[in-house]
Amino acid sequence: MSETNQARLHVELTDGPIDFAALTEEVRSPAAGAVVLFLGTVRELTNGRRTVALDYEGYPEMAKAKMLELCRGAAEKWPVVGARVVHRLGHLELGDVSVAVAVSCPHRKDAFEAGRFLIDRLKEIVPIWKKENWADGSTEWVHPGSEFTTELS
Amino acid sequence: MTVTVQLFARARDLAGTSSLELDLSEAATVGELREVLISQEPRLTPIARTLLVAVDGEYAANDAPVREGAEVACFPPVSGG
Repeated sequence: MSETNQARLHVELTDGPIDFAALTEEVRSPAAGAVVLFLGTVRELTNGRRTVALDYEGYPEMAKAKMLELCRGAAEKWPVVGARVVHRLGHLELGDVSVAVAVSCPHRKDAFEAGRFLIDRLKEIVPIWKKENWADGSTEWVHPGSEFTTELS
Repeated sequence: MTVTVQLFARARDLAGTSSLELDLSEAATVGELREVLISQEPRLTPIARTLLVAVDGEYAANDAPVREGAEVACFPPVSGG
């Protein structure tokens, strides 16, 4: 990975709304003919149950390190011109953006694949957790693979 | 030696605290740390099987060493995104 690529990889955790338009702009470049933006947003229905809000918690230092590690991994696999991964923590309402991945490459196939890799791996290894606030007033941590899990996608 | 373990998400809620101090042997491994953690805080038993351990910011297997002063965290499977 070149120095140039390294400088164009950036990750962030935030307690406020994610400015995904600005994020997308940051990865745009004359070197990139393709820019892909993924947004994860708070969904109302999961297997028929109604969500009113989600609370996100993170292990900040490790989460940021893992997010940057994923960006570097993407830049090794695909010709990434720029990549941004931002995750929001705290209390999010329906429709709020919880995570944004913006990635640019010379061509769209690589940009799509790199973006897919970043969000898929983020959900597997970055230490961030969500807690469901169900419409019936109950709350429940989402922990994949445990008996308390409600699988989200 | 004493090692401080940070807890997150359901692990923190079950234990009722965000960190615990564990007394471990000098040549402790992550596996031993898990055993001491559960015996000292039995309320974590329901999620013991799925708990992940990170040492100095990296996921650590049961045979990995735990050194004095290491930053240790235990937490359930992640669910960001």
